[in-house]
Amino acid sequence: MAHPRRISDELARQQADQPAGEVARFGADEPLMLDAGISLAPFQIAYRTYGTLNAEKSNAILVCHALTGDQHVASKNPVTGKPGWWEIMIGPGKPIDTERYFVISSNVLGGCMGTTGPASTDPATGEPYGLSLPLITIPDMVRAQSMLVKRLGIDTLFSVVGGSMGGMQVLQWAAQYRDRVFSAMPIATAARHSAQNIAFHEVGRQAIMADPEWRGGRYLAESARPLAGLAVARMAAHITYLSDAALHRKFGRRFQDRDAPTFSFDADFQVESYLRYQGEAFVERFDANSYLYVTRAMDYFDIAADHGGSLAKAFAGTKTRFCVVSFTSDWLFPTADSRQVVHALNAAGASVSFAEITSDKGHDAFLLDEPELFAITRGFLESAARARGIA
Amino acid sequence: MTTDLTMRAVPGPIRADYLVVSQLIAPGSKVLDVGCGDGGLLKLLRDEKGVDGRGIELSREGVNRCVAEGLAVIQGDADTDLAFYPDDAFDVVILSQTIQATRAPRVVLEHMLRIGKQAVVSFPNFGHWRLRLQLVTRGRMPTSENLPYHWYDTPNIHFCTIRDFVDLVREVEAVIDHSTALDGWGREVRVNAPWWFWNFFGEQAVFKLRGKR
Repeated sequence: MAHPRRISDELARQQADQPAGEVARFGADEPLMLDAGISLAPFQIAYRTYGTLNAEKSNAILVCHALTGDQHVASKNPVTGKPGWWEIMIGPGKPIDTERYFVISSNVLGGCMGTTGPASTDPATGEPYGLSLPLITIPDMVRAQSMLVKRLGIDTLFSVVGGSMGGMQVLQWAAQYRDRVFSAMPIATAARHSAQNIAFHEVGRQAIMADPEWRGGRYLAESARPLAGLAVARMAAHITYLSDAALHRKFGRRFQDRDAPTFSFDADFQVESYLRYQGEAFVERFDANSYLYVTRAMDYFDIAADHGGSLAKAFAGTKTRFCVVSFTSDWLFPTADSRQVVHALNAAGASVSFAEITSDKGHDAFLLDEPELFAITRGFLESAARARGIA
Repeated sequence: MTTDLTMRAVPGPIRADYLVVSQLIAPGSKVLDVGCGDGGLLKLLRDEKGVDGRGIELSREGVNRCVAEGLAVIQGDADTDLAFYPDDAFDVVILSQTIQATRAPRVVLEHMLRIGKQAVVSFPNFGHWRLRLQLVTRGRMPTSENLPYHWYDTPNIHFCTIRDFVDLVREVEAVIDHSTALDGWGREVRVNAPWWFWNFFGEQAVFKLRGKR
């Protein structure tokens, strides 16, 4: 009998080269210059679109995904069979209204859902790239997205929206392609990754690389999988997406299917059982090397450092309208990080809104049912649409 | 800095000081409203004067309502966040019914004069005869319909009179371009009256200032 994990593993493997949805292929004539100093060609970007591009091509919104997200924002995920990860936000009549806006979402460079990443087949060798893929940065991801947007015939994006690592891409877009971004909505994010966050990522990477099945990064070629290491990485990271209050509310100290401790290392507590489940579910859909690459990209992210140490300089003279959002219980990207962005935007004379939303759901709040976030998103896009003359 | 509408010194659907402030703003100017509450003044200025308006507000509820209305408002504090704005970033910086709630009114005013070519300040006048009368006759900290707080729960920690404010204006070497006192009904107190008269009969005051450059 085939193990269910094997089936989804095959599905996930298949997505890396032949993703569901659209694919933009860039040949040797259109290489991508990476920050690592290497030019990548050929490469491909897997993406989805929702809604209709208007005749003026003025209503396109690029939605950027977080660390383990993908391009399937508002439609069924081909690997998990679950709804898109932001269907609560994007769709007909939703805050990002696909009856009004043309939504584009692409898998990031280094990802494992069809955009070129370590799990993709290297056309030069016929083998998965693995660690032979150069390291990727957030600016690289954004440069690739920019090529996709141009390929779609769109000059200026009406908006770029994203949370967490998606928010980093939003800020990078605004800094790098200011004239092509009419409005920007960075949510629960920062202009540079903090030491604490780099530290958490390092724990995750070490867990993966300590798994003997990682095989020095060559596990795909050797038909192995570092499932245990990747699961531990996910478990550790998942804690950082929640909050003490949310964990207490969800699980407290309650036992899992038992009335008393078993005096063993079994998952006695509900919170343990939950984390184990999160780890197991994650390894079925995500590539371990991709996890290494994408976390590294976040670690390297520091917009100010790319502009002589001044964040305000990165946005000087920008015409983009910004709406920055943070959540009170988010300790991974705390409000102070957002406030730093806001202060820089103020210093740059930018038009900026900034709201901190009260929530005990931690960093994950941006993905969840937060009516204030929806009202703010709707209102911000509405006023930007008026300014842009979108009917 | 005020935290929301209920903490405003002067509540009410149409605030008299909004209308007076609005008259002082040139159409199409770039304006920062410090302590903008639920954005009532910004909306008025946007709709009536076509201004490019920004706001700062301390309360989350106020900010979220403003942003949902499409106003460019940030959650922040007049006492700490004005420092981040560059010089002459705005045509006018407005501080409406908020100065009495700041921790350092002088610093706030100096920042306003720095980041705005002009500053408009409106505030409740603690020298109004009714408040004076309460202190004299009852021997207690005055309260009124517009200033409903007790001394121990008020957000208004730096009350001043019109004359006190004029002293501060001299202290920071600003120039008064315009000033108005409003009585309890929101009507302008007789123009060209001496300061002591305004200070006695004005329930609130609106000043338009500029820094000496």
